[in-house]
Amino acid sequence: MAHRFQRLILGFALALGVASAQAEESIVLSSTTSTDQSGLFGFILPKFEAKTGIKVKVVALGTGQALDTGRRGDADVLLVHDRAAEDKFVAEGYGVERRDVMYNDFILVGAKADPAKVKATGDVVEAFRRIGAGTTPFVSRGDKSGTHAAELRFWKEAGITPRDWKDYKEAGSGMGPTLNMAASLGAYTLADRGTWLSFKNRQDLEIVLFGDNRLFNPYGVMLVNPAKHPHVKKEAGMKFVEWITSAEGQAAIAAFKINGEQLFFPSAAKR
Amino acid sequence: MLATLLEALSLLTHLDAQVVGIVSLSLQVSVGAVIIGTVIGLPLGAWVAVSEFRGRAAVTVALNGMMGLPSVVVGILVYLTLSRSGPLGSLGLLFSPTAMVIAQSILVTPLLAALSRQIVEDAWRDYASELRSFGFSRWQCVTTLLYDCRFSLVVTVLAGLGRAMSEVGAVMIVGGNIAGFTRVMTTAIALETSKGDLALSIALGLVLIAAILALNVMAHGLRQWAMRKYG
Amino acid sequence: MFPLRLTDVRFQPNGRALLAGVNLELGGEGISVILGPNGAGKTVLLSVLAGLRERHGGELSWGGRPQPSERIAFVFQHPMLLRTSVAANTALGLKPLGLSALEVERRVARVLERVGLAHRAGDAARHLSGGERQRLALARAWAVQPRLLLLDEPTASLDPSATEAVEAIVREIRTEGAKILMTSHNLGQAMRLADDVIFMTGGRVREHTATAKFFSRPQSDEAKLFIQGELPWRIAFND
Repeated sequence: MAHRFQRLILGFALALGVASAQAEESIVLSSTTSTDQSGLFGFILPKFEAKTGIKVKVVALGTGQALDTGRRGDADVLLVHDRAAEDKFVAEGYGVERRDVMYNDFILVGAKADPAKVKATGDVVEAFRRIGAGTTPFVSRGDKSGTHAAELRFWKEAGITPRDWKDYKEAGSGMGPTLNMAASLGAYTLADRGTWLSFKNRQDLEIVLFGDNRLFNPYGVMLVNPAKHPHVKKEAGMKFVEWITSAEGQAAIAAFKINGEQLFFPSAAKR
Repeated sequence: MLATLLEALSLLTHLDAQVVGIVSLSLQVSVGAVIIGTVIGLPLGAWVAVSEFRGRAAVTVALNGMMGLPSVVVGILVYLTLSRSGPLGSLGLLFSPTAMVIAQSILVTPLLAALSRQIVEDAWRDYASELRSFGFSRWQCVTTLLYDCRFSLVVTVLAGLGRAMSEVGAVMIVGGNIAGFTRVMTTAIALETSKGDLALSIALGLVLIAAILALNVMAHGLRQWAMRKYG
Repeated sequence: MFPLRLTDVRFQPNGRALLAGVNLELGGEGISVILGPNGAGKTVLLSVLAGLRERHGGELSWGGRPQPSERIAFVFQHPMLLRTSVAANTALGLKPLGLSALEVERRVARVLERVGLAHRAGDAARHLSGGERQRLALARAWAVQPRLLLLDEPTASLDPSATEAVEAIVREIRTEGAKILMTSHNLGQAMRLADDVIFMTGGRVREHTATAKFFSRPQSDEAKLFIQGELPWRIAFND
């Protein structure tokens, strides 16, 4: 009886070991939930894998946690959209080779009826001012994500402390659940266009503001510093950084469309 | 709603590759964890049941308490341990199925040990005099009682499997929910629901419920059969 | 390990004197039956001899040594059967002996044959009747090949035909050379089986004599009353 058990365990350990330590090379890419959920990775990564044979394992978290994963050395490459946080990350020595990759934009969504009269403003800070002066709720992601960071900047510029406003709702979750909540409440929220385009549960929500260039959301890619974490897959990671900023990678990004609409706009410096 | 349901059923009947992959990984991880939990937990529980030592009551209370360990707590602890910045970081196990098995084993082992202790202790009360009169060593008592209580213990193991398959907190944190690599039924359901993409969620939810139901039916059937056969 | 000598053996859990100073000497042959009313300490005495309970006072000498040097087997009044076959239950007592599988099989087959349960070897043990269970328990003890066999009220819950079967087996085991010490509250059984009678009341041995002599010329008043069937509800301790 003991022998049968031993063999069973051995078999399982082997199977899992094989599953874990794949024969092909792989890197861990830590990115944000909104980027992953847009479907971008599903579109561009197979092209990278076909070209280099390197498998990319995407761990999708909020920007805060994505950067923390890099800080702890649990990822090889990072792709996030919070320039201030990225610069700090590099300054602290945790990241190297930071490059611009692409940008997408944020949009303000709200109920069709638009009680705070945001549609007329054409100006994101003015829109936030009007929302904060009214009684229609605003749902925040509240999760230290790039979207959350942008939202907080707009509140600040509008001169409002959101937590003092009684209709401010902090969801503490990703873009999808936040949109779900906004849809149920008929509330306003700041979203990235990617998640919005693939979000199926819109109910009464629609885009109430876009195009203000303060709503543009730039992405950066970087390698986790091998000097801090020697086990980081330097060569494979750099291959990814090079590829995504190369003409080929940039073209792949531009080719990604949802319902015929392009989501991400390449912005890598030509090298 | 109906369209979503039909889409979900279609994914199942056509054995959509993504669904099959997710279900298969779920089973591997949870069954692996339960095997570890059984090998460690059942003899451990039985040992505590037949032994007398100072602190036995404390061990019993600890085991019973650990049955209710929240999965996210185990998740964060294993995450901190396996992270590259953590004590076992050099193993490079974070964000892998192995990490998920480790986390679920930690959840399941105390459950199996606590239940096995209770089951074996009840039997021990009946058998103790007889076994001691034959000169059984403590370990021989453990193996004899584990075998005699085997039907109740199999039901316990099935319960452990149900617990492992249903949990989402630990595997989400230590596995990272990586597509095609560490995505299991529960984490996939959480993700797809948050994306508002309900067809896949519902399909996986149906599979999960069916699996749990099947486990319970098996457990019940086993008990009935055993009662009839062995009395 | 004989003669077995007990000198002033006491067992007093929580102050209650279940054995209040037992003095007894047993030879290594034959069947000794312990008679006495309920609460006399018969079962407790067997437990102490089997090493299941620690005595609180007095001396135990096994042929001059403090511990028994050969195997002892104990058949309880309500034997516990595992959820497995008759044969596997019979082999239970052999587990600590570390015998080869072949030897275990041999012994089990032999004793099951002798107790008349060979045809039930593969059946579930818990499906046996009361008499069959008792025979199984005897077979289990017999397979161990004990030097001393302790039986606690083996036929107390059995009907006459089952009782007869069990008594026949007990006699056979004795013929093979084991010393048998059994408790009973059945006078007829003692008359049928016992070579000598040990009469106990109130945690003490009052008499220990050859069977015929005990029944024809009991020495103590309690013995006389017990034989007449009157003692159980008129227990009088005159010492």
